[in-house]
Amino acid sequence: MDESSVLIGGKAGDGITEAGMIIARLFNKLGYCLYQYLDYPSLIRGGHNFAIIRAAEKKVGAHRDEVDYLLALNQDAIDLHKWRLKENSIVIYDSDEVKSPSMEGIGLPFKTFAEEAKAPKIARNVGLIGAFAGAAGIEEEVVEEVLRKEVPKSVDENLEVARRGRQGIEGREGMKVERRSYPCCPVVTGNELLALGLLRGGLDAYVAYPMTPSSGILHFLAKVADEFSIKVVHPENEIAVILMAQGFAYAGKKVALGTSGGGFCLMAEGMSLAGMAEMPLVVVLSQRPGPSTGVPTYTAQSDLHFAMNAGQGEFPHLVVAPGDAEQAFCWSATIVGLAWKYQIPGILLSDKTLSETAYSFNIEEARDVPDIKPVIWDGGGEYERYAPGDDGISPLAFPPRPGAVVKANSYSHLASGITTEDPREIETVQDKLLRKEEGLRREVERLASVRTYGDGGSSTALLCWGSNKGVSAELGEELGLRVVQPVVLNPFPANRFREALRGVDRTVSVETNSTGQLARLIRYHGFEADDSILKYDGRPFSVDDLESRLKEVAI
Amino acid sequence: MKPQDLATGAENTWCPGCGNFAILNAIKPVLADLDEEGLIPVENVVMVSGIGCHAKIADYVNANSFYAVHGRTIPVATGIKLANPDLTVICFAGDGDAYAEGLDHLIFAAKRNVDITTIIHDNRVYGLTTGQYTPTSPSGFKGRSTPSGLEVPPINPLEIVFASGGTFVGRGYSHGIDLLKDIFRSAILHRGFSFVDVLQVCVTFFNMYDYYNQRVYPLEDHDPLDRARAQEEMKEWDYNSDGPIPLGVFFKKDAATFGDNFKKFNSRKTDLEASIRKTLEGYI
Repeated sequence: MDESSVLIGGKAGDGITEAGMIIARLFNKLGYCLYQYLDYPSLIRGGHNFAIIRAAEKKVGAHRDEVDYLLALNQDAIDLHKWRLKENSIVIYDSDEVKSPSMEGIGLPFKTFAEEAKAPKIARNVGLIGAFAGAAGIEEEVVEEVLRKEVPKSVDENLEVARRGRQGIEGREGMKVERRSYPCCPVVTGNELLALGLLRGGLDAYVAYPMTPSSGILHFLAKVADEFSIKVVHPENEIAVILMAQGFAYAGKKVALGTSGGGFCLMAEGMSLAGMAEMPLVVVLSQRPGPSTGVPTYTAQSDLHFAMNAGQGEFPHLVVAPGDAEQAFCWSATIVGLAWKYQIPGILLSDKTLSETAYSFNIEEARDVPDIKPVIWDGGGEYERYAPGDDGISPLAFPPRPGAVVKANSYSHLASGITTEDPREIETVQDKLLRKEEGLRREVERLASVRTYGDGGSSTALLCWGSNKGVSAELGEELGLRVVQPVVLNPFPANRFREALRGVDRTVSVETNSTGQLARLIRYHGFEADDSILKYDGRPFSVDDLESRLKEVAI
Repeated sequence: MKPQDLATGAENTWCPGCGNFAILNAIKPVLADLDEEGLIPVENVVMVSGIGCHAKIADYVNANSFYAVHGRTIPVATGIKLANPDLTVICFAGDGDAYAEGLDHLIFAAKRNVDITTIIHDNRVYGLTTGQYTPTSPSGFKGRSTPSGLEVPPINPLEIVFASGGTFVGRGYSHGIDLLKDIFRSAILHRGFSFVDVLQVCVTFFNMYDYYNQRVYPLEDHDPLDRARAQEEMKEWDYNSDGPIPLGVFFKKDAATFGDNFKKFNSRKTDLEASIRKTLEGYI
């Protein structure tokens, strides 16, 4: 078997996320590339949570509908997912909870196992993992090694529960998980990779108000703040977040902030201030379905045009949408450099899928971080915060700097930073902002801002952006299609995009929104999407989903 | 450093007789003195202003400044202070600015006891938008949005900041520059969140000079460390009744400030990639 998919499901509070990560790490030890999809409703206890862990010997960036193992902590986990079973799939469930299994499977009393081992009740999930590992022929030593690392407390009791699970399965083993040779990589969520990329870009501070699905960045950076010597602040609301961040930027500290669409609405005034006052900021905007509260814990790509246009007035908006683990890391480092060089707000556009999926991350494939430096005042002459410089870029100075008075301003201003309403000066300020955008556009064209995958010779191209890169690239490979992914969406790298589409006579855009926002964007730049495959049910495309949707448009 | 060294070439557009001049003319000598005395070099000062007549002060003082947006002086100032604790950060905000648009930030700054100073140009009317009520306008106030008289009483900002945990609470008046200078100086030198509400008269839309002149008096024999007394004095005038109106430093307290526990940036990583690799090892 070249790949395996395992689904573990139960209620919120059953430790599904943790169990999924443990299963992912087991496969990791056996030489597989991992992709873990997490699905959970917006509640603390109850409901139905599940994780699908897909392990393959080649790189994968999407989940499949069918599963080889279905691990059920309750009745729902069987009832809701039995459609995913293949003929030889194996179902293992907690017989203390599941009273009327609707199909054949292996029921073991995991709740009783946990009680007997004097482990907390949540250790049922570890019992299920023990049983799964036994069924899949994963050596006990591997299981023990991973559990010792991953289980936070009562480790010996948990190991005992796992052992009982394993014993219970004896004689009923199924498809064996063979060892493969994919390099053993860290398994990291997209949010953690975005955070690590920001650190790689030289981050000094992170400011955020919690909002799903961006909160993982806040939690991760708060945890490593001392280690990386950064400041992490959680203020009273998103308005304070983006304003406080500008205080950091004014004082010369590289700062990022994170939110989702609702919080970003509150940040619109701050975006505009950063545009006018020329404050470098990185805003991580992790999308979820709207409008309004929408569907908080699910996924969407419906804020592209909002991100490109947030804030009153006309000023440069840099919008970058990484699509996989390596891009998340490289581009979050790169955007810090770009925001500081051009003194602009840069938006790192993610979504629930990219943010909360766990990926095998190979840092060796993520070395392409260009060294982009800010323009710093050389100390000569009188300092002017908004001095006209090359490409409209004014040299930066940060207080306290004897001899330099640093005046930032939200009003239209003179080079000195003092307010002006003079008609010529107003145009000078606006022209300066536009010159910066033009310089940024040229720089974006020089970077790897459009990526291609699949069959580069194919005359049919799938157009995708953000988290749909993974599923599109896999199908491009499988079906012999070209896949074109603009990573930078604003300013749009039109020349690179044109180059990527050379020889293409049919384009199909793949998006998780209802109106085709990428299709709309490229039309503005003179390109056309012949077909659009749109999904807006809050769930990401599985490989099977997209494959059948491609057949519908005759590909 | 002389106060006149802090002038800029910007044309002053406040109305003749505007109370903002008093604040400008008090802050410049205070900053100049603090620089002269070696207490706070002027290049370490950052002024943050909001939007409204008050905010033009950023254009009129030749010091570092961030002319921000309406209601948002405090979060900007907090960010600057956290980024570099060596800076002395002073917010200049209006009453509409700090008590309406940005009240949440004021309460949180007081709660955190962040080491910044906030000076409120409290003229109790919106000036730049030409005469509407603010959170400190008295009930019955006839403004352009409340032509038949404001139905609700004002807030007492001193009590709000005190209740929220601010560790320096004062009130000034745009007549009597010496007292104003004294209050500003002690507010700036206080370590913690310092708050000064300045009764600053808008001659055009709400001229209260006569009213205030008859009612203000400086606090005497008052110990600002006496919490209970401080609270009594704050309650003496509720911004609605007819006074008397005490001026001075009502309350002062030493307390830990926000960000004390943050590590300094000087332990910056030299090899970021190695640190990142080390962190990633935990994820295998």
